[in-house]
Amino acid sequence: MRIFDPHIHMTSRTTDDYRAMYDAGVRALVEPSFWLGQPRTSPASFLDYFDALLGWEPFRAAQYGIAHHCTLALNPKEANDPRCTPVLDALPRYLVKDSVVAVGEIGYDSMTPAEDTALAAQLQLAADHGLPALVHTPHRDKLAGLHRTIDVVRESHLAPERVLLDHLNETTVTDALDSGCWAGFSIYPDTKMDEDRMVAVLKLHGTERILVNSAADWGRSDPLKTRRVADAMLAAGFTEDDVDLVLWRNPVAFYGQSGRLHLDTPAPEPLHEGNSILRGGE
Amino acid sequence: MTPTPLLTRKELDALLGGAARAWLDEALAEAAHAVPHPDTAPPDGHAVPPWELRYAAAGRHCGLEHADSVRALLLIEARAKLPTLTRLYEQGTAAERRAVLRTLPGLGLGATALPLVEDALRTNDTTLVAAAVGPYGAGHLDPHAWRHAVLKCLFTGVPAAAVHGLERRSRGDAELARMLRDYAAERTAAGRTVPADLHHVLALTAPGPAAPKAPAVPTVSTEES
Repeated sequence: MRIFDPHIHMTSRTTDDYRAMYDAGVRALVEPSFWLGQPRTSPASFLDYFDALLGWEPFRAAQYGIAHHCTLALNPKEANDPRCTPVLDALPRYLVKDSVVAVGEIGYDSMTPAEDTALAAQLQLAADHGLPALVHTPHRDKLAGLHRTIDVVRESHLAPERVLLDHLNETTVTDALDSGCWAGFSIYPDTKMDEDRMVAVLKLHGTERILVNSAADWGRSDPLKTRRVADAMLAAGFTEDDVDLVLWRNPVAFYGQSGRLHLDTPAPEPLHEGNSILRGGE
Repeated sequence: MTPTPLLTRKELDALLGGAARAWLDEALAEAAHAVPHPDTAPPDGHAVPPWELRYAAAGRHCGLEHADSVRALLLIEARAKLPTLTRLYEQGTAAERRAVLRTLPGLGLGATALPLVEDALRTNDTTLVAAAVGPYGAGHLDPHAWRHAVLKCLFTGVPAAAVHGLERRSRGDAELARMLRDYAAERTAAGRTVPADLHHVLALTAPGPAAPKAPAVPTVSTEES
């Protein structure tokens, strides 16, 4: 089984997670830039973060046989902080990098005018750079947030098939799919979706244009939730081809629109001999 | 881990398809056009000179396997100076940083770009460490920093062969020999194996005939042949 996690924050995860993900079948992932759990106070700290997503994190992932790509953006929460918004001016320089496969995460947090501005500006950046966009839907007031998001996408120069609406659930999936966008679901231990509800959504709405991710980060989350969904799908009677579509071919098709996906990372060496992540001397 | 040699323009032309060759022609023309302008940071801090966007996109247009060579040609064609190189390095992906490091010998910088090499040696990305001990780093690092760079290669699994001029610079280096023996003793005390490369480098530290004076740092050819 091959798995592509289209949304996971590996900066917050350990090498044990990388190893467990590889063992579970994960061979590729996309790490969206997002809030770090701690507010940033300047664009420079974004740039250091972008650099990590473009350099160190792909190196770390490759040691464990996993192809790493990223999406870059000013996230919705920090779009409200005037100390951070100047990062929008620096984004064009970063959106041309080889492993950037979308603009993201963008979208709404509290649905403020500042978030309106950042969302529209970054959808335009995506259109200008030939990139798709990963759009986070808000945790609070989700359905209204989804409708407002779809309106902004419609007004943008980005076609809906180049937009992935993420963190969907039973209340938002129908409108999201009707909009022509791709539909992303984050599977969490306690919040967002779980694997059995995900299977129910797939039974109801089919497997086309649907992506499943772990969205694992610094909070309570599980980087193996993609595999759990695959297992739950098989247990519920979906075929291996269905699983491959949802957990590999759909994310490849969506992010492949960037023309920048490279999925040929070699398998890790069995003993990780000489692996600099071990810091040497071990 | 030891990078493949940088290709010349002529070699690239023979390997690239028509579209990639045309892209490279345009990119090099843009880089050449950038030369007369002062080599300073962009005026508004964010506007990116077109050839620098080409520098980032080189792998997508000419193949990832040729990205280092294309980026090196662009840097040489633009006659990039230290401020530009520093910006491209600091804002670059690991691959873009590696290309800067590999091109340093061809840019007539003296020792001024050493901070970039030192930065790369502080990382744990083995592709950067390997590039940092290439001809430029090996030619300019002071003895202490150079010995630590060699030791770091052994620590992180970068083949000793990546260290440019290793044989010449190791010869008779008693301090490097001490560091290697101490490292071997530490590994042995921990019940771990000693990297095969360590024995190889240790053998090179034996005093030999007087070492010839260090040759000038080799340069990357800017000729098309």
